[in-house]
Amino acid sequence: MTDRLTSLRETIDKVLPEVDGVLALRSGPGGIVSPYLFSKEHPEELAKQAIWPKEPVPDTLKIILRAHPDAKLAIVCRGCEERGIVEMFKHAQLNLNNVTLIGLQCEQDEAEFCRCAKPFTVHAKTIVGQPIEGVPDPLTEKIAAMSQPEKLAFWKQEFEHCIKCYGCRTICPQCFCNICALEDEKWVETGRLPMANPSMYHLVRAMHMTAKCVACRECEETCPAGIPMAVQFRLIARDVKEMFNYEPGAVMEQKPPQLLVLEEGEYERTGLPH
Amino acid sequence: MIEYENVLTTCPYCGTGCALHLQVLDNTLVGVLPAKNHVVSEGGLCIKGWNAHAFVNHPDRLKKPLIRKKGKLEEATWDEALKLVADKLGEFKTKSGPDSIAFLTSAKCTNEENYLLQKFARAVIGTNNIDHCARL
Repeated sequence: MTDRLTSLRETIDKVLPEVDGVLALRSGPGGIVSPYLFSKEHPEELAKQAIWPKEPVPDTLKIILRAHPDAKLAIVCRGCEERGIVEMFKHAQLNLNNVTLIGLQCEQDEAEFCRCAKPFTVHAKTIVGQPIEGVPDPLTEKIAAMSQPEKLAFWKQEFEHCIKCYGCRTICPQCFCNICALEDEKWVETGRLPMANPSMYHLVRAMHMTAKCVACRECEETCPAGIPMAVQFRLIARDVKEMFNYEPGAVMEQKPPQLLVLEEGEYERTGLPH
Repeated sequence: MIEYENVLTTCPYCGTGCALHLQVLDNTLVGVLPAKNHVVSEGGLCIKGWNAHAFVNHPDRLKKPLIRKKGKLEEATWDEALKLVADKLGEFKTKSGPDSIAFLTSAKCTNEENYLLQKFARAVIGTNNIDHCARL
């Protein structure tokens, strides 16, 4: 861990003079870690760089770029965060022209914590750490192997724990709609807990994550009820891969299926019902 | 120069003590992020915590005490407001006895502030009528 942190520090030192700021993690009071924009003007902060726990940095990058569209920034991102940034770029949420990606490769324990299939970056030109292989996701496999009624019972029970904090929606780097369906009384009743139909919230969100979820697991990590919601998105991602040959964040030039208009004959190829 | 940082603080809404980060961009409060490696909240927040930044610069936020004069709320100074409260408390106590008054504390206050209010109720006013907003 120390080695990787040292080489991250050296990399940031090298990049810092060429940019307006480097978005990375800083260790604050009590060792609590949060995103921070390191700058030339505050070199004393560089000593407080941190690596773990990971934070939803793509969203932070968006916040900064919205206020400073022409800023020249660098961002330290892991594989999932890089995918998040690429996917946000494809959906016109941020401009990558002036952004330098510094790819931080995850280590074995981190990948296992996230049950991550791709704990490495693929777009970043500057790399910190050694890329490792993806790890299996036993939880997703276990749920995938369940029968339909078992799945229904499993998710119903999980969703009943929901305290409707909207944390999964709020922290998600891919949840950027100006008008959110989950705030529409038609779908999610307000003023009641537990929700009359908690599956409605979670299944609406699952559908909206289709071909967007980059498997960063920020939603699961922030969920006070411990709902393993990323499992749904990962299972949907398998279908998206099969039907549209699309993996969120993987290929910069490939358009997401939501932004495609299918030509005659292509619809049949997707295997979707007519 | 662009400045972005997260300021660690405690959620103001209840007594649980969840930690949260206030996202500060160029000296302006722009949002909330949970604190993942904090022992109390472990990266989770409820919907109030997620919106804890919203009231800070809200135009509806009261910045001065209001006194109802002839059915209408009017801005007042702190001295005026506190004097009115003290006068009324004294008047009710003399007229109807200390148990005609009750106090409700708040989860938004600190332990110390809650302690002070019960001390005020018991030692100054002379009543045990002290309760908490969670039981309203």
